[in-house]
Amino acid sequence: MARTVWDSTVGKKAVMAVSGLIMLLYLVVHMIGNLKIFFGPGEFNHYAHWLRTVGEPFMHHEWTLWLVRVVLVVAVVAHAVSAYQLSRRDIKARPSKYVHSKPRASYATRTMRWGGIILALFIVWHVLDLTTGHVHSGGFESGKPYQNVVDTFSTWYGNAVYIVAMLAVGLHIRHGFWSAAQTLGVGSRTRDRALKTVANVLALLLTAGFLAVPVGVMTQVVS
Amino acid sequence: MKLTLRVWRQKNADADGTMSTYEVDGISPDMSFLEMLDTLNEELILKGEDPVAFDHDCREGICGACSLVINGDAHGPERTTTCQLHMRSFRDGDTIDVEPWRASAFPVVKDLVVDRSAFDRIIQAGGYITAPTGSAPEAHATPVPKPDADFAFEHAECIGCGACVAACPNGAAMLFTSAKVNHLNVLPQGAPERETRVLDMVAQMDEEGFGGCTLAGECATACPKGIPLTSITGMNKEWLRATRKAAKR
Ligand code: HEM
Ligand code: SF4
Ligand code: FES
Repeated sequence: MARTVWDSTVGKKAVMAVSGLIMLLYLVVHMIGNLKIFFGPGEFNHYAHWLRTVGEPFMHHEWTLWLVRVVLVVAVVAHAVSAYQLSRRDIKARPSKYVHSKPRASYATRTMRWGGIILALFIVWHVLDLTTGHVHSGGFESGKPYQNVVDTFSTWYGNAVYIVAMLAVGLHIRHGFWSAAQTLGVGSRTRDRALKTVANVLALLLTAGFLAVPVGVMTQVVS
Repeated sequence: MKLTLRVWRQKNADADGTMSTYEVDGISPDMSFLEMLDTLNEELILKGEDPVAFDHDCREGICGACSLVINGDAHGPERTTTCQLHMRSFRDGDTIDVEPWRASAFPVVKDLVVDRSAFDRIIQAGGYITAPTGSAPEAHATPVPKPDADFAFEHAECIGCGACVAACPNGAAMLFTSAKVNHLNVLPQGAPERETRVLDMVAQMDEEGFGGCTLAGECATACPKGIPLTSITGMNKEWLRATRKAAKR
Protein backbone atom coordinates (compact mmCIF):
# COMPACT_ATOMS: atom_id res chain seq x y z
CA MET A 1 0.00 0.00 0.00
CA ALA A 2 2.86 2.40 0.84
CA ARG A 3 4.23 1.85 -2.69
CA THR A 4 0.86 2.50 -4.34
CA VAL A 5 0.48 5.72 -2.36
CA TRP A 6 3.99 7.04 -2.98
CA ASP A 7 4.00 6.13 -6.69
CA SER A 8 0.72 7.86 -7.49
CA THR A 9 0.26 11.60 -7.92
CA VAL A 10 -2.99 11.31 -5.96
CA GLY A 11 -1.29 9.32 -3.17
CA LYS A 12 1.74 11.58 -2.95
CA LYS A 13 -0.57 14.56 -2.67
CA ALA A 14 -2.28 12.80 0.25
CA VAL A 15 1.13 12.48 1.92
CA MET A 16 1.55 16.23 1.46
CA ALA A 17 -1.86 16.91 2.91
CA VAL A 18 -1.38 14.72 6.00
CA SER A 19 2.14 16.00 6.70
CA GLY A 20 0.92 19.56 6.14
CA LEU A 21 -1.92 19.09 8.60
CA ILE A 22 0.47 17.64 11.21
CA MET A 23 2.66 20.75 10.84
CA LEU A 24 -0.42 22.95 10.98
CA LEU A 25 -1.53 21.37 14.26
CA TYR A 26 1.95 21.91 15.64
CA LEU A 27 1.93 25.56 14.53
CA VAL A 28 -1.32 26.23 16.40
CA VAL A 29 0.15 24.81 19.61
CA HIS A 30 3.45 26.62 19.00
CA MET A 31 1.73 29.95 18.44
CA ILE A 32 -0.29 29.69 21.66
CA GLY A 33 2.88 28.79 23.55
CA ASN A 34 4.73 31.79 22.10
CA LEU A 35 2.09 34.19 23.38
CA LYS A 36 3.16 33.37 26.94
CA ILE A 37 6.06 35.73 26.33
CA PHE A 38 3.65 38.58 27.13
CA PHE A 39 3.39 37.31 30.71
CA GLY A 40 7.04 37.88 31.49
CA PRO A 41 10.29 35.90 31.60
CA GLY A 42 9.23 33.80 34.58
CA GLU A 43 6.18 32.29 32.93
CA PHE A 44 7.79 31.95 29.49
CA ASN A 45 10.95 30.27 30.71
CA HIS A 46 8.94 28.02 32.98
CA TYR A 47 6.78 27.00 30.04
CA ALA A 48 9.91 26.18 28.02
CA HIS A 49 11.20 24.09 30.90
CA TRP A 50 7.88 22.28 31.20
CA LEU A 51 8.16 21.25 27.51
CA ARG A 52 11.11 19.10 28.59
CA THR A 53 9.28 17.44 31.46
CA VAL A 54 5.95 16.67 29.75
CA GLY A 55 4.80 13.13 30.42
CA GLU A 56 7.03 12.53 33.42
CA PRO A 57 7.30 10.24 35.28
CA PHE A 58 6.13 7.89 32.50
CA MET A 59 8.36 9.63 29.98
CA HIS A 60 11.99 10.29 30.81
CA HIS A 61 13.26 13.90 30.71
CA GLU A 62 12.86 15.33 27.17
CA TRP A 63 11.42 12.12 25.70
CA THR A 64 8.12 13.75 24.75
CA LEU A 65 9.94 16.70 23.25
CA TRP A 66 12.12 14.42 21.17
CA LEU A 67 9.10 12.41 20.07
CA VAL A 68 7.46 15.59 18.81
CA ARG A 69 10.71 16.61 17.08
CA VAL A 70 10.95 13.26 15.30
CA VAL A 71 7.33 13.46 14.10
CA LEU A 72 7.96 17.02 12.89
CA VAL A 73 11.15 16.15 11.03
CA VAL A 74 9.40 13.23 9.35
CA ALA A 75 6.50 15.54 8.41
CA VAL A 76 8.77 18.30 7.05
CA VAL A 77 10.87 15.86 5.02
CA ALA A 78 7.84 13.96 3.66
CA HIS A 79 6.15 17.25 2.78
CA ALA A 80 9.17 18.82 1.13
CA VAL A 81 10.17 15.71 -0.83
CA SER A 82 6.67 15.15 -2.18
CA ALA A 83 6.33 18.87 -2.96
CA TYR A 84 9.59 18.76 -4.89
CA GLN A 85 8.75 15.59 -6.81
CA LEU A 86 5.21 16.66 -7.67
CA SER A 87 6.29 20.15 -8.71
CA ARG A 88 8.97 18.76 -11.01
CA ARG A 89 6.45 16.45 -12.59
CA ASP A 90 3.96 19.32 -13.02
CA ILE A 91 6.51 21.54 -14.73
CA LYS A 92 7.49 18.72 -17.08
CA ALA A 93 3.85 18.05 -17.94
CA ARG A 94 3.43 21.59 -19.21
CA PRO A 95 6.70 22.46 -20.95
CA SER A 96 5.60 25.14 -23.43
CA LYS A 97 3.79 28.22 -22.25
CA TYR A 98 1.02 29.88 -24.17
CA VAL A 99 2.14 32.86 -26.19
CA HIS A 100 -0.96 34.61 -24.90
CA SER A 101 -0.54 33.66 -21.26
CA LYS A 102 -2.70 34.52 -18.30
CA PRO A 103 -0.88 35.00 -15.01
CA ARG A 104 -3.92 34.06 -12.91
CA ALA A 105 -3.72 30.44 -14.03
CA SER A 106 -0.85 29.60 -11.76
CA TYR A 107 -1.12 32.19 -8.98
CA ALA A 108 -2.01 29.80 -6.14
CA THR A 109 0.42 27.15 -7.33
CA ARG A 110 3.30 29.61 -7.69
CA THR A 111 2.69 31.16 -4.27
CA MET A 112 2.62 27.68 -2.72
CA ARG A 113 5.96 26.79 -4.33
CA TRP A 114 7.71 30.06 -3.50
CA GLY A 115 6.11 30.13 -0.09
CA GLY A 116 7.22 26.56 0.51
CA ILE A 117 10.83 27.36 -0.37
CA ILE A 118 10.76 30.42 1.91
CA LEU A 119 9.34 28.27 4.70
CA ALA A 120 11.95 25.54 4.23
CA LEU A 121 14.76 28.11 4.51
CA PHE A 122 13.03 29.74 7.45
CA ILE A 123 12.68 26.45 9.35
CA VAL A 124 16.44 25.85 9.06
CA TRP A 125 17.29 29.40 10.14
CA HIS A 126 14.75 29.32 12.96
CA VAL A 127 16.13 26.10 14.47
CA LEU A 128 19.73 27.36 14.18
CA ASP A 129 18.66 30.65 15.76
CA LEU A 130 16.45 29.76 18.70
CA THR A 131 16.95 26.03 19.30
CA THR A 132 20.69 25.47 18.78
CA GLY A 133 21.81 29.10 18.84
CA HIS A 134 24.33 28.71 16.00
CA VAL A 135 23.21 31.82 14.13
CA HIS A 136 21.88 33.66 17.16
CA SER A 137 22.63 37.39 17.35
CA GLY A 138 23.16 37.81 21.11
CA GLY A 139 24.83 35.58 23.64
CA PHE A 140 22.64 32.49 23.19
CA GLU A 141 21.83 30.70 26.44
CA SER A 142 19.80 27.51 26.43
CA GLY A 143 17.22 27.53 29.19
CA LYS A 144 16.81 31.31 28.78
CA PRO A 145 14.45 31.44 25.80
CA TYR A 146 12.88 34.76 26.86
CA GLN A 147 16.16 36.65 26.50
CA ASN A 148 17.04 34.74 23.32
CA VAL A 149 13.77 35.78 21.69
CA VAL A 150 14.22 39.41 22.73
CA ASP A 151 17.74 39.37 21.25
CA THR A 152 16.57 37.94 17.95
CA PHE A 153 13.87 40.55 17.53
CA SER A 154 16.21 43.34 18.52
CA THR A 155 17.97 43.00 15.15
CA TRP A 156 16.42 44.34 11.97
CA TYR A 157 17.18 41.16 10.02
CA GLY A 158 15.74 38.95 12.74
CA ASN A 159 12.47 40.84 12.40
CA ALA A 160 12.60 40.95 8.60
CA VAL A 161 13.19 37.21 8.16
CA TYR A 162 10.51 36.39 10.68
CA ILE A 163 7.87 38.72 9.26
CA VAL A 164 8.39 37.49 5.70
CA ALA A 165 8.18 33.88 6.86
CA MET A 166 4.99 34.45 8.84
CA LEU A 167 3.29 36.12 5.90
CA ALA A 168 4.38 33.12 3.82
CA VAL A 169 2.92 30.75 6.42
CA GLY A 170 -0.39 32.61 6.31
CA LEU A 171 -0.63 32.41 2.51
CA HIS A 172 0.50 28.78 2.53
CA ILE A 173 -2.16 27.76 5.02
CA ARG A 174 -4.85 29.75 3.28
CA HIS A 175 -4.56 27.63 0.14
CA GLY A 176 -3.10 24.59 1.89
CA PHE A 177 -5.81 23.88 4.44
CA TRP A 178 -8.58 23.99 1.87
CA SER A 179 -6.45 21.99 -0.59
CA ALA A 180 -5.75 19.31 1.99
CA ALA A 181 -9.49 18.85 2.48
CA GLN A 182 -9.91 18.31 -1.27
CA THR A 183 -6.92 15.99 -1.46
CA LEU A 184 -8.26 13.86 1.37
CA GLY A 185 -11.72 13.78 -0.18
CA VAL A 186 -13.57 15.53 2.61
CA GLY A 187 -14.45 18.71 0.71
CA SER A 188 -17.88 19.06 -0.84
CA ARG A 189 -20.07 21.71 -2.38
CA THR A 190 -22.00 22.25 0.85
CA ARG A 191 -18.86 22.37 2.97
CA ASP A 192 -16.82 24.58 0.65
CA ARG A 193 -17.69 27.90 2.28
CA ALA A 194 -17.04 26.57 5.78
CA LEU A 195 -13.67 25.12 4.72
CA LYS A 196 -12.59 28.36 3.07
CA THR A 197 -13.65 30.34 6.13
CA VAL A 198 -11.75 28.04 8.49
CA ALA A 199 -8.70 28.29 6.20
CA ASN A 200 -8.83 32.10 6.24
CA VAL A 201 -9.39 32.29 9.99
CA LEU A 202 -6.56 29.84 10.70
CA ALA A 203 -4.20 31.71 8.40
CA LEU A 204 -5.08 35.05 9.93
CA LEU A 205 -4.90 33.89 13.56
CA LEU A 206 -1.58 32.11 13.05
CA THR A 207 0.03 35.02 11.21
CA ALA A 208 -1.25 37.57 13.72
CA GLY A 209 -0.37 35.38 16.71
CA PHE A 210 3.16 34.70 15.52
CA LEU A 211 3.73 38.32 14.49
CA ALA A 212 2.58 39.59 17.89
CA VAL A 213 5.91 38.51 19.38
CA PRO A 214 8.34 40.51 17.17
CA VAL A 215 5.91 43.44 17.22
CA GLY A 216 5.86 43.17 21.03
CA VAL A 217 9.65 43.33 21.18
CA MET A 218 9.88 46.16 18.64
CA THR A 219 7.37 48.23 20.61
CA GLN A 220 9.17 47.37 23.88
CA VAL A 221 6.06 45.73 25.34
CA VAL A 222 8.39 42.73 25.67
CA SER A 223 11.93 43.60 26.68
CA MET B 1 -15.85 42.43 -39.01
CA LYS B 2 -12.19 42.75 -39.79
CA LEU B 3 -9.80 40.80 -37.61
CA THR B 4 -6.11 40.12 -37.19
CA LEU B 5 -5.36 36.49 -36.31
CA ARG B 6 -2.14 35.24 -34.87
CA VAL B 7 -2.22 31.49 -35.37
CA TRP B 8 0.19 28.75 -34.27
CA ARG B 9 1.61 27.12 -37.41
CA GLN B 10 3.63 23.93 -37.12
CA LYS B 11 4.27 21.65 -40.13
CA ASN B 12 4.40 18.40 -38.17
CA ALA B 13 5.13 16.89 -34.77
CA ASP B 14 8.90 17.30 -35.13
CA ALA B 15 9.00 20.76 -36.68
CA ASP B 16 9.33 23.98 -34.71
CA GLY B 17 6.23 26.13 -34.78
CA THR B 18 5.64 29.87 -34.75
CA MET B 19 2.75 32.30 -34.54
CA SER B 20 1.80 33.54 -38.04
CA THR B 21 -0.28 36.65 -38.61
CA TYR B 22 -3.29 36.74 -40.97
CA GLU B 23 -5.92 39.36 -41.72
CA VAL B 24 -9.53 38.27 -42.30
CA ASP B 25 -12.30 40.54 -43.50
CA GLY B 26 -16.05 40.22 -43.99
CA ILE B 27 -16.59 38.15 -40.87
CA SER B 28 -20.20 38.12 -39.65
CA PRO B 29 -20.76 38.33 -35.87
CA ASP B 30 -23.13 35.36 -36.27
CA MET B 31 -20.38 33.09 -37.57
CA SER B 32 -18.94 30.53 -35.22
CA PHE B 33 -15.23 30.68 -34.48
CA LEU B 34 -14.68 27.65 -36.68
CA GLU B 35 -16.61 29.23 -39.58
CA MET B 36 -14.33 32.23 -39.23
CA LEU B 37 -11.34 29.88 -39.53
CA ASP B 38 -13.03 28.20 -42.53
CA THR B 39 -13.15 31.65 -44.16
CA LEU B 40 -9.45 32.11 -43.52
CA ASN B 41 -8.68 28.64 -44.90
CA GLU B 42 -10.67 29.25 -48.10
CA GLU B 43 -8.57 32.33 -48.72
CA LEU B 44 -5.35 30.45 -47.97
CA ILE B 45 -6.32 27.65 -50.36
CA LEU B 46 -7.13 30.16 -53.12
CA LYS B 47 -3.71 31.70 -52.60
CA GLY B 48 -2.14 28.24 -52.83
CA GLU B 49 -1.06 28.23 -49.20
CA ASP B 50 -1.40 25.45 -46.66
CA PRO B 51 -4.71 25.82 -44.77
CA VAL B 52 -4.63 25.92 -40.95
CA ALA B 53 -5.25 22.44 -39.52
CA PHE B 54 -7.68 22.29 -36.60
CA ASP B 55 -9.84 19.55 -35.09
CA HIS B 56 -13.63 19.64 -35.36
CA ASP B 57 -16.45 17.22 -35.97
CA CYS B 58 -20.00 17.75 -34.71
CA ARG B 59 -19.86 21.56 -34.47
CA GLU B 60 -22.72 21.17 -32.00
CA GLY B 61 -20.77 21.15 -28.76
CA ILE B 62 -21.19 17.44 -28.12
CA CYS B 63 -18.26 15.53 -29.62
CA GLY B 64 -15.31 17.18 -27.92
CA ALA B 65 -13.17 17.38 -31.05
CA CYS B 66 -12.72 21.15 -31.32
CA SER B 67 -9.84 22.35 -29.23
CA LEU B 68 -8.41 25.84 -29.52
CA VAL B 69 -6.82 28.11 -26.99
CA ILE B 70 -8.15 31.55 -27.90
CA ASN B 71 -6.48 34.58 -26.32
CA GLY B 72 -5.05 32.31 -23.65
CA ASP B 73 -8.39 30.68 -22.75
CA ALA B 74 -9.21 27.08 -23.65
CA HIS B 75 -12.29 27.35 -25.92
CA GLY B 76 -12.09 31.15 -25.73
CA PRO B 77 -13.85 33.77 -23.65
CA GLU B 78 -17.26 32.09 -23.24
CA ARG B 79 -17.96 28.96 -21.28
CA THR B 80 -18.67 26.77 -24.26
CA THR B 81 -16.88 24.73 -26.91
CA THR B 82 -14.89 26.47 -29.64
CA CYS B 83 -17.48 25.38 -32.22
CA GLN B 84 -20.25 27.05 -30.22
CA LEU B 85 -18.32 30.26 -29.70
CA HIS B 86 -19.59 33.06 -31.93
CA MET B 87 -17.72 36.00 -33.39
CA ARG B 88 -20.06 38.39 -31.56
CA SER B 89 -17.89 37.65 -28.51
CA PHE B 90 -15.18 39.71 -30.24
CA ARG B 91 -15.02 43.26 -31.51
CA ASP B 92 -14.30 44.55 -34.97
CA GLY B 93 -10.58 45.19 -35.34
CA ASP B 94 -9.56 42.76 -32.57
CA THR B 95 -6.33 40.80 -32.67
CA ILE B 96 -6.98 37.20 -31.68
CA ASP B 97 -4.32 34.66 -30.66
CA VAL B 98 -5.10 31.05 -31.55
CA GLU B 99 -2.95 28.26 -30.11
CA PRO B 100 -3.20 24.49 -29.68
CA TRP B 101 -3.76 22.69 -26.33
CA ARG B 102 -0.42 22.68 -24.54
CA ALA B 103 0.60 19.64 -22.49
CA SER B 104 3.39 17.14 -22.91
CA ALA B 105 0.78 14.36 -22.89
CA PHE B 106 -0.96 16.08 -25.85
CA PRO B 107 1.78 16.49 -28.49
CA VAL B 108 1.04 18.75 -31.45
CA VAL B 109 0.37 16.80 -34.64
CA LYS B 110 0.06 19.80 -36.96
CA ASP B 111 -0.81 23.47 -36.42
CA LEU B 112 -3.70 23.46 -33.93
CA VAL B 113 -4.26 19.69 -33.89
CA VAL B 114 -2.99 17.73 -30.92
CA ASP B 115 -2.92 14.01 -30.23
CA ARG B 116 -5.38 13.27 -27.43
CA SER B 117 -5.15 9.47 -27.53
CA ALA B 118 -3.83 9.57 -23.95
CA PHE B 119 -7.48 10.18 -22.98
CA ASP B 120 -8.54 7.06 -24.89
CA ARG B 121 -6.02 4.99 -22.97
CA ILE B 122 -7.31 6.38 -19.65
CA ILE B 123 -10.81 5.29 -20.71
CA GLN B 124 -9.50 1.87 -21.75
CA ALA B 125 -7.99 1.48 -18.29
CA GLY B 126 -11.39 1.58 -16.59
CA GLY B 127 -13.87 4.03 -18.07
CA TYR B 128 -16.42 1.33 -18.88
CA ILE B 129 -18.70 -1.18 -17.18
CA THR B 130 -18.67 -4.92 -17.74
CA ALA B 131 -22.19 -5.72 -18.81
CA PRO B 132 -23.61 -8.10 -21.39
CA THR B 133 -24.35 -6.11 -24.51
CA GLY B 134 -27.32 -6.78 -26.73
CA SER B 135 -30.80 -5.37 -26.42
CA ALA B 136 -31.29 -2.59 -23.88
CA PRO B 137 -32.22 -3.92 -20.42
CA GLU B 138 -35.57 -3.10 -18.85
CA ALA B 139 -35.21 0.43 -17.46
CA HIS B 140 -36.62 -0.42 -14.02
CA ALA B 141 -34.54 -3.56 -13.52
CA THR B 142 -31.81 -1.63 -11.69
CA PRO B 143 -33.25 1.18 -9.57
CA VAL B 144 -31.02 4.25 -9.24
CA PRO B 145 -31.84 6.84 -6.57
CA LYS B 146 -32.60 10.21 -8.13
CA PRO B 147 -29.71 12.12 -6.49
CA ASP B 148 -27.28 9.46 -7.72
CA ALA B 149 -28.71 9.60 -11.21
CA ASP B 150 -28.36 13.39 -11.22
CA PHE B 151 -24.79 13.16 -9.94
CA ALA B 152 -23.88 10.57 -12.59
CA PHE B 153 -25.48 12.68 -15.27
CA GLU B 154 -23.65 15.82 -14.27
CA HIS B 155 -20.34 13.99 -14.68
CA ALA B 156 -21.45 12.11 -17.78
CA GLU B 157 -21.63 15.46 -19.52
CA CYS B 158 -17.86 15.45 -20.01
CA ILE B 159 -17.16 15.30 -23.75
CA GLY B 160 -13.46 14.51 -23.40
CA CYS B 161 -12.33 17.69 -25.12
CA GLY B 162 -9.24 18.18 -22.94
CA ALA B 163 -9.80 21.88 -22.20
CA CYS B 164 -9.19 21.03 -18.55
CA VAL B 165 -5.68 19.78 -19.39
CA ALA B 166 -5.03 22.78 -21.65
CA ALA B 167 -6.04 25.25 -18.94
CA CYS B 168 -4.23 23.53 -16.06
CA PRO B 169 -0.89 25.11 -15.12
CA ASN B 170 0.37 21.54 -14.49
CA GLY B 171 -1.12 19.90 -17.59
CA ALA B 172 -3.12 17.62 -15.29
CA ALA B 173 -5.97 15.40 -16.47
CA MET B 174 -7.65 15.19 -13.08
CA LEU B 175 -10.96 16.81 -14.06
CA PHE B 176 -11.47 14.56 -17.08
CA THR B 177 -10.52 11.41 -15.18
CA SER B 178 -12.61 12.35 -12.16
CA ALA B 179 -15.65 13.06 -14.33
CA LYS B 180 -15.44 9.54 -15.73
CA VAL B 181 -14.73 7.89 -12.37
CA ASN B 182 -17.57 9.70 -10.60
CA HIS B 183 -20.02 9.09 -13.42
CA LEU B 184 -19.59 5.32 -13.28
CA ASN B 185 -18.68 4.80 -9.62
CA VAL B 186 -21.93 6.23 -8.27
CA LEU B 187 -24.14 3.93 -10.36
CA PRO B 188 -25.04 0.34 -9.48
CA GLN B 189 -23.97 -0.68 -13.00
CA GLY B 190 -20.47 0.58 -12.26
CA ALA B 191 -20.22 -1.00 -8.80
CA PRO B 192 -18.38 -4.24 -9.69
CA GLU B 193 -15.32 -2.29 -10.90
CA ARG B 194 -15.64 0.57 -8.43
CA GLU B 195 -12.17 0.08 -6.91
CA THR B 196 -10.20 -1.17 -9.92
CA ARG B 197 -11.66 1.59 -12.08
CA VAL B 198 -10.32 4.47 -10.02
CA LEU B 199 -6.98 2.81 -9.30
CA ASP B 200 -6.36 1.82 -12.92
CA MET B 201 -7.53 5.08 -14.46
CA VAL B 202 -5.40 7.19 -12.10
CA ALA B 203 -2.40 4.91 -12.74
CA GLN B 204 -2.87 5.31 -16.50
CA MET B 205 -3.26 9.07 -16.11
CA ASP B 206 0.10 9.21 -14.32
CA GLU B 207 1.63 6.84 -16.88
CA GLU B 208 0.69 9.22 -19.72
CA GLY B 209 2.75 12.01 -18.17
CA PHE B 210 -0.02 14.35 -17.08
CA GLY B 211 0.83 16.58 -14.12
CA GLY B 212 -0.68 16.44 -10.66
CA CYS B 213 -3.45 18.53 -9.17
CA THR B 214 -2.59 21.70 -7.23
CA LEU B 215 -6.25 22.72 -7.00
CA ALA B 216 -5.70 25.88 -8.97
CA GLY B 217 -9.24 25.44 -10.31
CA GLU B 218 -8.46 26.52 -13.88
CA CYS B 219 -9.84 23.23 -15.27
CA ALA B 220 -13.32 23.76 -13.87
CA THR B 221 -13.34 27.36 -15.10
CA ALA B 222 -12.42 26.25 -18.62
CA CYS B 223 -14.66 23.18 -18.82
CA PRO B 224 -17.41 23.81 -21.40
CA LYS B 225 -19.66 21.29 -19.64
CA GLY B 226 -19.38 22.72 -16.14
CA ILE B 227 -17.76 19.67 -14.53
CA PRO B 228 -17.17 21.02 -11.00
CA LEU B 229 -13.85 21.12 -9.16
CA THR B 230 -15.44 18.99 -6.41
CA SER B 231 -15.39 16.19 -8.94
CA ILE B 232 -11.65 15.92 -8.23
CA THR B 233 -12.32 15.80 -4.50
CA GLY B 234 -14.73 12.95 -5.17
CA MET B 235 -12.15 11.02 -7.16
CA ASN B 236 -9.52 11.52 -4.44
CA LYS B 237 -11.98 10.06 -1.96
CA GLU B 238 -12.68 7.08 -4.21
CA TRP B 239 -8.95 6.53 -4.76
CA LEU B 240 -8.12 6.58 -1.04
CA ARG B 241 -11.05 4.25 -0.31
CA ALA B 242 -9.97 1.80 -3.02
CA THR B 243 -6.37 1.88 -1.81
CA ARG B 244 -7.46 1.08 1.76
CA LYS B 245 -9.67 -1.75 0.53
CA ALA B 246 -6.91 -3.18 -1.65
CA ALA B 247 -4.55 -3.14 1.33
CA LYS B 248 -7.00 -5.17 3.41
CA ARG B 249 -7.23 -7.90 0.82
C1 HEM C 1 9.45 22.58 4.20
C2 HEM C 1 8.79 23.67 3.88
C3 HEM C 1 7.58 23.57 2.99
C4 HEM C 1 7.53 23.37 1.63
C5 HEM C 1 8.72 23.19 0.69
C6 HEM C 1 6.15 23.35 1.25
C7 HEM C 1 5.67 23.23 -0.05
C8 HEM C 1 4.36 22.97 -0.38
C9 HEM C 1 3.88 22.85 -1.71
C10 HEM C 1 4.70 23.00 -3.00
C11 HEM C 1 2.56 22.54 -1.62
C12 HEM C 1 1.65 22.20 -2.77
C13 HEM C 1 0.92 23.36 -3.22
C14 HEM C 1 -0.07 23.00 -4.26
O1 HEM C 1 -0.36 21.81 -4.41
O2 HEM C 1 -0.54 23.93 -4.89
C15 HEM C 1 2.20 22.51 -0.23
C16 HEM C 1 0.94 22.22 0.26
C17 HEM C 1 0.60 22.26 1.61
N1 HEM C 1 1.39 22.68 2.64
FE1 HEM C 1 3.37 23.08 2.52
N2 HEM C 1 5.36 23.51 2.36
C18 HEM C 1 6.20 23.66 3.45
C19 HEM C 1 5.83 23.89 4.77
C20 HEM C 1 4.55 23.78 5.24
C21 HEM C 1 4.18 24.07 6.62
C22 HEM C 1 5.11 24.59 7.72
C23 HEM C 1 2.87 23.78 6.72
C24 HEM C 1 2.07 23.87 7.97
C25 HEM C 1 1.03 24.57 8.09
C26 HEM C 1 2.39 23.33 5.41
C27 HEM C 1 1.10 22.96 5.09
C28 HEM C 1 0.66 22.59 3.83
C29 HEM C 1 -0.65 22.08 3.54
C30 HEM C 1 -1.79 21.81 4.54
C31 HEM C 1 -0.68 21.85 2.13
C32 HEM C 1 -1.84 21.33 1.31
C33 HEM C 1 -1.63 19.91 0.86
C34 HEM C 1 -2.62 19.63 -0.24
O3 HEM C 1 -2.67 20.40 -1.19
O4 HEM C 1 -3.33 18.63 -0.16
N3 HEM C 1 3.45 23.36 4.53
N4 HEM C 1 3.32 22.78 0.52
S1 SF4 D 1 -13.86 17.67 -17.88
FE1 SF4 D 1 -14.69 19.34 -19.15
S2 SF4 D 1 -12.85 20.28 -20.05
FE2 SF4 D 1 -12.22 18.27 -19.30
S3 SF4 D 1 -12.44 16.88 -21.03
FE3 SF4 D 1 -14.38 16.79 -19.89
S4 SF4 D 1 -15.69 18.33 -20.89
FE4 SF4 D 1 -13.59 18.77 -21.57
S1 FES E 1 -16.78 20.20 -32.91
FE1 FES E 1 -17.83 18.75 -31.60
S2 FES E 1 -17.75 19.78 -29.71
FE2 FES E 1 -16.91 21.31 -31.00
